[in-house]
Amino acid sequence: MLQFSWFSSLAKDNPTLEGAYDLNGYIKIATDGTVTIASPNPEVGQNVKTSMPMIVAEELDVNWKNVKVVQAPLNTAIFTRQIAGGSRSINESWDALRMAGATARHMLVQAAAASWGVPASEIDVKSGVITHSASGKMAEFGEMALAASKIKVPKEVEVKSVKDFKIIRHSQLNVDGPEIVTGKPLFGLDVYRENMVFASIVHPPAFGMKLSTFDATEALSMKGIDDVFTIQAYPEDFERGGFDTSAFPELIVITGNSTWRIMKAKKTIKVDWVPFDSHSVKVQGRGGDTGNQQVPSGTESTEDHYAEMIRKSKENAKEVRKDGDPEKAFSNAAKVIERSYTAPYLAHSPLEPLNFYANVTADKAEMIGSIQTPEYMEQSVARRLGMSLEQVDIQMTRVGGGFGRKLFGHYLLEAAVISQKIKKPVKLIYTREDDMTFGAYRPTYQASYRAALDENNNLTAFQVKTGGIPESPLFANRFPAGAVDNYLAEEWTIESNITTAAFRAPRSNFMGAVEQAFLDEVAELAGKDPIDFRLELFQRAIENPVGENNDYEAERYAGVLKLASEKSGWGSPKPEVSRGVAAYFCHDSYVANVVDLRMENEKPIIEKVYCAVDCGIVVNPIAASNMVEGGSVDGIGHALFSQLTLKDGMPQQRNYNDYHLIRNNDAPRDVEVHFVDSDVHPTGLGEPPFAPAIGALANALYKATGKRYYNQPFMVDIEAKYLSKKEIVYK
Amino acid sequence: MALFNIYVNGETHQVDVDADTPILWVLRDNLRLLGTKFGCGIAHCGVCTIHLDGNAVRSCSYPISAVEDKKIVTIEGLSENGDHPVQKAWIEHDVPQCGYCQAGQIMTAASLLAQNPSPTDEEIRRAMNGNLCRCATYTRINRAIKTASKEM
Repeated sequence: MLQFSWFSSLAKDNPTLEGAYDLNGYIKIATDGTVTIASPNPEVGQNVKTSMPMIVAEELDVNWKNVKVVQAPLNTAIFTRQIAGGSRSINESWDALRMAGATARHMLVQAAAASWGVPASEIDVKSGVITHSASGKMAEFGEMALAASKIKVPKEVEVKSVKDFKIIRHSQLNVDGPEIVTGKPLFGLDVYRENMVFASIVHPPAFGMKLSTFDATEALSMKGIDDVFTIQAYPEDFERGGFDTSAFPELIVITGNSTWRIMKAKKTIKVDWVPFDSHSVKVQGRGGDTGNQQVPSGTESTEDHYAEMIRKSKENAKEVRKDGDPEKAFSNAAKVIERSYTAPYLAHSPLEPLNFYANVTADKAEMIGSIQTPEYMEQSVARRLGMSLEQVDIQMTRVGGGFGRKLFGHYLLEAAVISQKIKKPVKLIYTREDDMTFGAYRPTYQASYRAALDENNNLTAFQVKTGGIPESPLFANRFPAGAVDNYLAEEWTIESNITTAAFRAPRSNFMGAVEQAFLDEVAELAGKDPIDFRLELFQRAIENPVGENNDYEAERYAGVLKLASEKSGWGSPKPEVSRGVAAYFCHDSYVANVVDLRMENEKPIIEKVYCAVDCGIVVNPIAASNMVEGGSVDGIGHALFSQLTLKDGMPQQRNYNDYHLIRNNDAPRDVEVHFVDSDVHPTGLGEPPFAPAIGALANALYKATGKRYYNQPFMVDIEAKYLSKKEIVYK
Repeated sequence: MALFNIYVNGETHQVDVDADTPILWVLRDNLRLLGTKFGCGIAHCGVCTIHLDGNAVRSCSYPISAVEDKKIVTIEGLSENGDHPVQKAWIEHDVPQCGYCQAGQIMTAASLLAQNPSPTDEEIRRAMNGNLCRCATYTRINRAIKTASKEM
């Protein structure tokens, strides 16, 4: 990447920061005491731009009021893992952030010790003030900043005890709040440079198709249009990285002098699309080896997808885990229950549509915009443009929603390729239709569950067979594995040319929901309260776990269920609502939900969602609650309303008029969040709340309507009064 | 293409654009007022909400030829110092997640409260229903509007 002169850029943009001294790449301190902290990771709404600097500020011992936060540039030499994904920002950078603050504090102390001629061990730091009580000497950070910046950054120093946190665990308001509410230009779409050219694309209307010919005569005659041409964003022999997903590597590009003009003109382009043959695409594997990804030909339809998945669910599948003798347990069972669940493709559709700014000259590529994976895209872009990593610079703006979609930066690479081709700075903008029909969807899935109860209503066997298009969502080692003697987990996949991408809580976003709905039915069959039923199983997993590879800590899992039970008053009657409960562990955090709802004119009104969360140390409580509120409503909203369907390869939803997202009036009236008090290493919140909220919703809907809902989005079934197939077998 | 005089946030501007250009793109591309966002282009998401003579309007679907001498107010002009009661309530309740939809939410909320200073919870939900929030900050949006209404 470019040797980014952060210091000089800051001084230029903010005159008060002249004389700001760089301590260690994360922290600059000005002579007036202003501490500027760089937030390393892309900001997608998870508010790491506040919580990551909080962690640095804590160990630095600065007064938070004196902290200014800036987005860090991409710099893998200084910062670890500048990625927004996996709910791992705080989890993975916790130690590095603390050390950044602590080493800077150490350097300030060293500078004071040298200046005062006293031992460093006698010096104290508190709220941006350095003191030597024995001599009465004191200095503010600003006075020691220059001297501190000259000291070599130590590799490792002591950090605080978690009991001494003054900033962490105390709510701090969003550092960008004032700018957001006054409409400052913060997002990728807001990047404007005076001489930039506006560009948009036309891609095939259906998966399985590619470009044949096009006629842009009318477009080229329209005012403000520069050119219409094609690019091959990903040439056939190009080895794609893991985040270079694209069903449409060849694109028509239109360039012009305003957004409106290119959007208007591109509608006039006449295009012939033709089906492509089955082929393979080279993808770089994790270990550096290259694999071939098969892309089948054909134009696919949703109704066929569901039929294929149901057919596949009845065939033999790949065994992933087996404990005990499930088949024997099933044949000896007093009761057996079997259920099938499905969920559709989803389009992430963050409100900021795909867009990127790129200025590629002969010896450098300067790019600015919304991206969750700048370090991965930097590599793909460098290879694609034939440049070195040092020549490529990616600056991160605020991201107007990611949810996993903006991990996959084909649009960033396309902007770079266009700019290189036309030798001008380019602002590439996708329309909502371009974005929603481009693919990279959450896969469509199916899961079959089977459970056996003995005559004492103990769970004796549990089986899950699941799969999807194109990937299986199975986590074979998750609960209730480890809590039941006889367990079988199997999976299958179906190939497709419809591209998919990580979507908030990949695979978990389906598995957590359906597993928790199934456990509710098993509990009912056993005649047990759904919380008690789960707690008994957790007890089994604590006292006498089955197998060794159980991917959860049963105590913490039970802990969130108990907290949810307590805070929701689960035991007490609440006649005006119907209640459902669920709990799930994913992305290292535990979440339990109770959903209270009632039906009104045959529509669910969700009065309240209770959330109990164990994510270890809660860095910024007000923001952490926001994530849990949002994640719960997001899960509920998708499960009720959203689906991306296809007919003959064509997405049937192209904009928000036919792709339904949950709206204000349908959202839960209230979400109440409680955190388990914990000193454990902090884990994430972006993804864990999503799936269990769906499970609790499904279970509450059953109580409210007397029907179970097996196929997302539930509103299709609720509105059609669909009767579910039951296959309970009594022996 | 033609010359249009429009009145935005208390100032007149003259722009040279096609008559069918939605006011959204005039604001962004011509006037560099970037607080008003693009999300869908079909008036279904609300991120482009502005005030036209005090009424909340979807600027992505309102052509400049129809503006004439109506007064446009964008998020940048809602208050002098970010101190409209809705903006203050937004900060107090730490509403935004990604933040992209929030200017549009604030403009719709401000318009609601100008016309109905003490809305019920149901009136709030209905009035705000046209503004999508993909991060689902709806619970906080509604709390903030309730708080702001106390100050109106």
